[in-house]
Amino acid sequence: MSNNKEWSTIITPKVSWFHLNIKEIWEYRDLIWIFVRRDIVAIYKQTVLGPVWFMLGPLFTVFTYTFLFSEVAHLSTDGLPGPLFYLAGTTLWNYFNSCFNGASVTFTANAGIFGKVYFPRLVSPISMILSNLLKLSIQMFTYICFLVYFIFQPNSIIHVNYYLFLIPFVILILGGIAMGLGIIVSSFTTKYRDLSMVVGVFMTLLMYATPIMYPISAIPSIYKPFLACNPISPLVETFRFAFTGRGYFTWISFGYSFIFMIFSLLLGVFVFNRTEKTFMDTV
Amino acid sequence: MDTVIKVENLSKQYRLGVVGSGTFKEDIKRGIAKIRGKEDPFVLLGEENNRTIKSDSNFVWSLKDLNFEVAKGDVLGIIGRNGAGKSTLLKILSKVTAPTTGSIKAKGRIASLLEVGTGFHPELTGRENIFLNGAILGMRRHEIKSKLDEIIAFAGVERYIDTPVKRYSSGMYVRLAFAVAAHLENEILIIDEVLAVGDAEFQKKCLAKMGDVSKGEGRTVLFVSHNIQAITNLCNKGLFLQNGVIKTNDVIDTVVQDYYKSQNYSKLSNVSLDDRNARTSTAVIFEEFYSFQNGKENWIIDYGQTINFKFSILVNEIVEGITLFFSINDPLTSQVISNYKNVLVERICLIGERFTFEVKIPEFTLRPGQYSLYFAMYDPSYKISFDVIDDNINLPLLRVQPISMDVHQNTGYFTIPVELINKG
Repeated sequence: MSNNKEWSTIITPKVSWFHLNIKEIWEYRDLIWIFVRRDIVAIYKQTVLGPVWFMLGPLFTVFTYTFLFSEVAHLSTDGLPGPLFYLAGTTLWNYFNSCFNGASVTFTANAGIFGKVYFPRLVSPISMILSNLLKLSIQMFTYICFLVYFIFQPNSIIHVNYYLFLIPFVILILGGIAMGLGIIVSSFTTKYRDLSMVVGVFMTLLMYATPIMYPISAIPSIYKPFLACNPISPLVETFRFAFTGRGYFTWISFGYSFIFMIFSLLLGVFVFNRTEKTFMDTV
Repeated sequence: MDTVIKVENLSKQYRLGVVGSGTFKEDIKRGIAKIRGKEDPFVLLGEENNRTIKSDSNFVWSLKDLNFEVAKGDVLGIIGRNGAGKSTLLKILSKVTAPTTGSIKAKGRIASLLEVGTGFHPELTGRENIFLNGAILGMRRHEIKSKLDEIIAFAGVERYIDTPVKRYSSGMYVRLAFAVAAHLENEILIIDEVLAVGDAEFQKKCLAKMGDVSKGEGRTVLFVSHNIQAITNLCNKGLFLQNGVIKTNDVIDTVVQDYYKSQNYSKLSNVSLDDRNARTSTAVIFEEFYSFQNGKENWIIDYGQTINFKFSILVNEIVEGITLFFSINDPLTSQVISNYKNVLVERICLIGERFTFEVKIPEFTLRPGQYSLYFAMYDPSYKISFDVIDDNINLPLLRVQPISMDVHQNTGYFTIPVELINKG
């Protein structure tokens, strides 16, 4: 009778309740980088402007917002110049949205590869989040260009402050929440495709419940508790506050977002693990 | 014997039909049973997987209670008819899906080649795809780098290595993909039908490379193919699966013998007329059909022997005459290699009449290989089809075996008579 130690691979139907094999994912780190490269290269191959498209898209949105919400509807921008205000919101939202959408189709979009070869399935959403970082950094660059321009305008009220050190955490938490929620959705959509429809509607609602086109300060106080449930809001407000000095920042709401991320990631990894072993039979 | 793979009580159950309404209800029932500490209520419903028998149960056992071991350095060929569970077994071994019960234990890294070129991206260059595909198969970057030149040379695509693979010919694409796979360093290789692609010359190169892999370096290979010839050449052990259970697990020759035996049933009355081609009138039917040698049924013929078919027919309705059409086909593409038309009976036939015929094909005509057969009977004007038998009703494949080491054995289908004159 041989003991289990001499076997390097053991395949069984059982899945432990929580099993996150970080060591295995680390062994596949090369694959993560190659996936990131593939995603980036594949997007702008055979385009003339290449990554510049990442810049132009949000710019059109922001000028539309500025015209509609600021010039026509006269919504508050916390006293900030319109383009700067809206660009902050759309940059973060775009990152969150594309991370979430990418993660939420992990199983369905990769069914071809997953059905043929094994690698830790989490490699896919992780590399997708990383490749979205490139898009984000191009948009951040646009934002900083605008910021610098407006700082040097006469009577500028913009006050860049020490909270800038929170920006990496804002991006980390945003990506974490997107991945956590995304892989939960992707796990359930392998069996119940209806969910992807529900999620589309929910994301639109969530966008309106996030201070992208309006500041939190413009919300009547009776609605504020509802908005406070949205873990994305504090991140957008923190981002604006750090760069401009205008916005609503509290450690409590920021901490709430962080805890939300931890929970959604834990739950995500849990359901993802339960799904990854047998999803090929149902997808 | 040093065991590197140990499979114990392995079973896999699949749900048939549409996954949709109903699954949610069953999931809830499953959940309740689990909470109450009972067994999963749906696992009990399965039955042996025989796709020709209709059943009320929505669950089938694609694999049932498999137990086997593979020793280090073995090349195990897995054979069986379509739906026997070969692919399911490979999928479980390569961790693509989990078993329902049982376990597999293995020593060493497993690499699975269920297809070649998994993850190839058309926009990336050949070089980039080598890294991508290699990484998906579990190679580290430095491993790929150290073998890059070797891989490119093996594929023979030096000139195009920095061109996006979408501009490759399909042959180049497959060669590149296979070259990556052939350079894996894993201790255990799982290979599914990958040799069905690519040109004959390259196939041979790959077979040779894989032969090296197992003989030279003590690696273990599990190999699924319909190409029995490739299996016999390459494997030393065999595993014959039938309806999800192991029929034979032995040295390859015994297993192939058993496989052929299981395929052969000459009594066509076992096959209901509904299963024969729906367009036939069944006015005259084939009663018996087999290939024989020295008076005994035999579907494996040596290249140097005459090929003989014997068949008997039964008349069910009065007909004005009976004609025969038969063809010998390539089993993969089903393309007709050769056909033949002849009058069998040139008079009015009465109900209940029986005839027996033999067909002879001279020795040294069909080259070594596997052929599917198609036999049909018509009225004298070839307008009404009386009966058709072919591999749709499980007519066995005809196999012509090479008689000596013939390196060109896979080249072409026929040997034509040749006269060679020595002019000094």
